[in-house]
Amino acid sequence: MPIFYTKDHEWISVEGKNATTGITAYAAEQLGDVVFVETPDVGLKVAKGQDMAVVESVKAASDVYAPVGGEVTKSNEALADAPETVNDDPEGEGWFVKLTLSDPSELDELMDAAAYKTFCENA
Amino acid sequence: MSETTSPDKLRVTSLYDLHQACGARMVPFAGYHMPVQFDGVKVEHLWTRSHAGLFDVSHMGPCYLRLIDTSLRGDAAHKAVSALIEQLVPSAIATLKPGQARLTVLLDQYGGILDDLIITRPAEPELQGQLYIVVNGAVKAQDWALFDRTFDGQAELVTADKQCLLALQGPEAEAVLATQIDGCTALSFMQSGLFEWGGQPVRVSRLGYTGEDGFELLVPAGAGIALSQRLLADDRVKPIGLGARDSLRLESGLCLYGHDITADHEPVEAGLQWVIQKSRRESGDFPGAKRILSALQNGPEQKRVGIRPLERAPAREGTEIYHDGQIVGQVTSGGFSPSLEIPIAMGYVRADLGLDGTRIELMVRGKLRPAEICQLPFVQQNYKR
Repeated sequence: MPIFYTKDHEWISVEGKNATTGITAYAAEQLGDVVFVETPDVGLKVAKGQDMAVVESVKAASDVYAPVGGEVTKSNEALADAPETVNDDPEGEGWFVKLTLSDPSELDELMDAAAYKTFCENA
Repeated sequence: MSETTSPDKLRVTSLYDLHQACGARMVPFAGYHMPVQFDGVKVEHLWTRSHAGLFDVSHMGPCYLRLIDTSLRGDAAHKAVSALIEQLVPSAIATLKPGQARLTVLLDQYGGILDDLIITRPAEPELQGQLYIVVNGAVKAQDWALFDRTFDGQAELVTADKQCLLALQGPEAEAVLATQIDGCTALSFMQSGLFEWGGQPVRVSRLGYTGEDGFELLVPAGAGIALSQRLLADDRVKPIGLGARDSLRLESGLCLYGHDITADHEPVEAGLQWVIQKSRRESGDFPGAKRILSALQNGPEQKRVGIRPLERAPAREGTEIYHDGQIVGQVTSGGFSPSLEIPIAMGYVRADLGLDGTRIELMVRGKLRPAEICQLPFVQQNYKR
């Protein structure tokens, strides 16, 4: 399954028209201890770049943006009771939202793993 | 706020290299490069509550105020220098015992809070006629300019912010510091004295900003680096960043200047009426006395309170507080309590709603969420009185 990355440090793993998204290991490390996550209701339609979830560390709240447009098919409700999962396994168990893509061509504007790595090193 | 300045103009403290070596993540704060975290805010917070945390607070504003008239000695000298500073603060400074420290507030002519600060009467007979004062880093330039203007020709200000100011905080702080500085454990809470380490003078004050027992140490920069390294070599001590400093003080119900207290608030609504001793209430000779004495007598219009969000979402600074569909106040500090594992906050509400257990609502991201007024502190303070 191809994985893409945004400049706002979200990842999106794509399988056909379905995708899973979350925040990257780099973002989780920068945030520090995650103490609260709020994910959207199923059925929410989001445009690319629209805020769709919130992640909070001890110190601050940050928005999580939709890497591409689509409709939310599942939210990771386990994060409500175990927000630390975002630190423990950000690109696995710590996923935020599953989406059906509205326009797969939007993926073309995202980075692959190598480009994202370079992007973080220069951040 | 003056907490962020352009990064190229930032100052560094004498511990900058040591922070880097300890793996700090640095941020701009109060005009300095400061460590916001080392191992992580939660870990550092809990370590300070159970062991001992070392904080670099050299960005703050330690200074001495010295009477120019050196003909006075002892109590007379202390009375004279106290009469000067009492023009700006509502606390009784003249009645401090040698070696005693007191929290107070700097007031503008309307009784608004310009800063909170700790004033210490030195214990040493040769230092009577001097006060040791520590003001906040973010406003030290304004505070010192005010001192200079007000005391011109009568007292001189000697700033000490090129020295190293350290805080060692936590239940094991006493045992750790006892291995380095002879006699410092004889101090009790809010007492201060001059000691020696490595042939250098160290001002040790038993106080802090975490709610734990602990000490603040003012030491010449070079010795400060060596003393920090020695303290960090002790297994009971870890370096702690500004992130945990903030969560520790919030749990302990302590105010952050520029947030929980500002020039828009007088001390009574801020819950700091206890800094105004009886003698000063009777004399009423401090800036803004009319407004402050009226708030003492009739009760303030609003009150600083503890707030417990009843859901998991933290309420941050600026969150509006609702009651019966009306805005009744605002959150001034809010975050997450690592000790209690719940969100906690502080803010101001209409005075009639300030009672423990009152239900309120918080507007977080466009949604009203239930919360409750609660007593401060959230976590019991642990001072050695």
